Amino acid sequence: MASPISAGSSGTRKIAIMIAGRIGLAFVTLFLVSLIVFAISDLLPGDAAQEALGQSATPAQVAALRHEMGLDRPAHVRFGGWITGLAGGDAGTSLVANMPVGEIISQRLPNSLLLAAFTALVSVPLALSIGIASAMNRGGRLDRALNIATLSMVALPEFLVATLAVLIFSVHLRWLPSISMVPEDAGWGEMFQSFAMPVGALTVVVVAQMARMTRAAVVDQLDRPYVEMALLKGLSRRAIIVSHVLPNAVGPIVNAMALSMSYLLGGAIIVETIFNYPGLASLMVNAVTSRDMPLLQACAMIFCSVYLLLMLIADVVAILANPRLRTA
Amino acid sequence: MADGSIFSRREMLGGGLALTAGGLLVPEGAIAATQSLPRRGGRIRAACMSLSTADTLDPAKGALSSDYVRHFMLYNCLTELDRRLRPIPSLAESIVSKDQRLWYIRLRKGITFHNGKALTSADVVYSLLRHKDPATASKLAAIAEQFVAIRANGPLELTLQLEGPNADLPTMLAQSHFAIVPAGEKAFTSGNGTGPYRLAVFSRGVRTVGRRNENYWKPGKPYLDEIELIGIPDEVSRVNALLSGDIHMALAVNPRSTRRVSASPGHVVRETPSALYTNLIMRQDQLPTSNPHFAAGMKYLMDRPLIKRALFRNYATIANDHPIPPFHPYFRSDLPQTALDLDKARWHLQRAGIGRTRVPVYASPAAEGSVDMASIVQEYGAKVGLNVAVNRVPADGYWSTHWMKHPLGFGNTNPRPTADLVFSLFYKSDAAWNESGWKNPRFDRLLLEARAEGDHARRKQLYGEMQGLVRANCGVSIPVFISLIDAYDRRLKGWYPVQLGGFMGYTFAEHLWWEG
Repeated sequence: MASPISAGSSGTRKIAIMIAGRIGLAFVTLFLVSLIVFAISDLLPGDAAQEALGQSATPAQVAALRHEMGLDRPAHVRFGGWITGLAGGDAGTSLVANMPVGEIISQRLPNSLLLAAFTALVSVPLALSIGIASAMNRGGRLDRALNIATLSMVALPEFLVATLAVLIFSVHLRWLPSISMVPEDAGWGEMFQSFAMPVGALTVVVVAQMARMTRAAVVDQLDRPYVEMALLKGLSRRAIIVSHVLPNAVGPIVNAMALSMSYLLGGAIIVETIFNYPGLASLMVNAVTSRDMPLLQACAMIFCSVYLLLMLIADVVAILANPRLRTA
Repeated sequence: MADGSIFSRREMLGGGLALTAGGLLVPEGAIAATQSLPRRGGRIRAACMSLSTADTLDPAKGALSSDYVRHFMLYNCLTELDRRLRPIPSLAESIVSKDQRLWYIRLRKGITFHNGKALTSADVVYSLLRHKDPATASKLAAIAEQFVAIRANGPLELTLQLEGPNADLPTMLAQSHFAIVPAGEKAFTSGNGTGPYRLAVFSRGVRTVGRRNENYWKPGKPYLDEIELIGIPDEVSRVNALLSGDIHMALAVNPRSTRRVSASPGHVVRETPSALYTNLIMRQDQLPTSNPHFAAGMKYLMDRPLIKRALFRNYATIANDHPIPPFHPYFRSDLPQTALDLDKARWHLQRAGIGRTRVPVYASPAAEGSVDMASIVQEYGAKVGLNVAVNRVPADGYWSTHWMKHPLGFGNTNPRPTADLVFSLFYKSDAAWNESGWKNPRFDRLLLEARAEGDHARRKQLYGEMQGLVRANCGVSIPVFISLIDAYDRRLKGWYPVQLGGFMGYTFAEHLWWEG
């Protein structure tokens, strides 16, 4: 990240302006998303009071609970109250659990972040190596083998991968636990054991996408005249890839990675379900079924912010890495 | 000294329990009887079907199986049910009435809550009356409406006056919702009850951990040191977790998974015959199902042994078109069993006069097994000239949009603790869930009479007549009762089936022990 300084102050300012603009837009997006989520969930049959009381509820009970939860107010009042609270840093109180949303989220968010971080740590280097290796051997045996491997990984649904992994590694071999409930005082060994399969299953899902994008971007650059020029100058292939091709290809690669990473947070629901991992995605599904609006909104806001943040990082990295975007 | 004598007394009691358990249930005979003396110690992990942010420590709000388990771990009720579903005293030392309307309750002496406070009648008054407050959001508010007045007559005595006579009060009070909490408790964050386990960890949607209550009032009990309760919503994951040793008991195992569990030497499938059923509903206020010949014909179309074998892998009990299962104390055994009879079905359906008109039947995964049952009815219907069309609709929203709304559809009913409850909720003429909409004044009269009747034999006679009325006249066909299937680690001992639910009717916490 030393490059912007050398690129001159105009480049730095440009990036600063872009980031500021993006953050502004992000707030608009967040507002719209919250509005849409609120509107859609308001259309769902039943509300938190009915869901909480179940079939045997008496009308008096439902009315009383609705009043207590504030559900008898009109929709725009509820939305307004929620969003002003959020602006002041208060995400509200969960209707179902009767405790601050922030507290519930703070129990789950670290779990999700940890899972995503471990997966990123494994999958990003793996995807990069696969993509670059197959691009460099384009048409060769390695390329074809890796192509088949990544294509089949894309085709394999994660519930199949995860279930097979459980059958093999926990039921038959008994090496790994089938459910990932990491105790708070877990050591590194225990941590590794609990995370091995969820991280593995998620890696299978995201690595293929990233590797194929990497390969495509690198191949695209390899066809360019400047690569031929570099070859004629006598540069080694390794040097060409590292110092010439990658900086130019990094934009689409980072973009693909940002998309995959954002999936790791909100899209991990299947892996969370199979391994019974207490993450944020299952919390959000829970919030939908119990019609717990404040919790649902908070989850939606988190997923949306992370997505926007990752996209912003991807764009900034692409600009910083590419001299033409930097100074243009 | 004192400790030693208590210990030996506990051993004696434990031995007595084990003998009855061995005599009744354990086929391994003498070996089992000598080996299954309850012993203390062990930590286990039990998995229910689901946990959510709605998990609660408030017994009145219990909605999921995991809530019931948690509440039976932490609290006690005034009564509890023995293995034949008869109410026996628990926190109440005695609960008696002359007219089944005014009940006298005397509490056991010397019982304390986990925080050391002594149990008094004020706690009971508070715990029962709060169900009538809409703000409590009690699941049993409708039942609690019968409580007209509850008064403390002394520190350990109280009277409970009902709106009308109800001989089932002691049974109803054994439901986890009516567990006794300390007077004034509103926050429900500490799980402070009189139950066998103290709350150690409670994390909504993640886990509940209970540690043995050393001051528990039942001598010797509970046996396990610690129980961790988690939820694994995915059935395959639940079975895998059991087989890989991560959990020691799994609630609600699919019949298709039972072979996998049985194949494992360390695990065992436990079947609990229950009154759970999926039934065909023939609305009595819509055509063509309101024709009595139609309902009669459909009942003859049910191939009950096939449904039992193919749909539930024999984990089911054949039913006779009424909601009382054969193992129920009030079951009437002299009613002839309806069986598949195509000739009789054809005769009745011809009398119903529908001809080749297409008759749609609504089925959904929401009512367990209903889609396959509908296909069976369609298959046999074709043989007798009935043109049934199966409409499979999604589970989401089935109960609000489809259930009881079509002439021909399916319902699903959970076990209820008393015959009175299932008849009142689903068969009384003016019940909100009178699924078929049948109206039978004689049935309604018998229901009220049986509720007020204190004599067991007379009640059995009344409930028997009601079973006959439902079987012959009601627009409901119940082919089988579906068994509940749990899977256990073999080292967990002391299990027996309680028909109200899996995990010994959710009360396993104080009954099981670990032999590891």
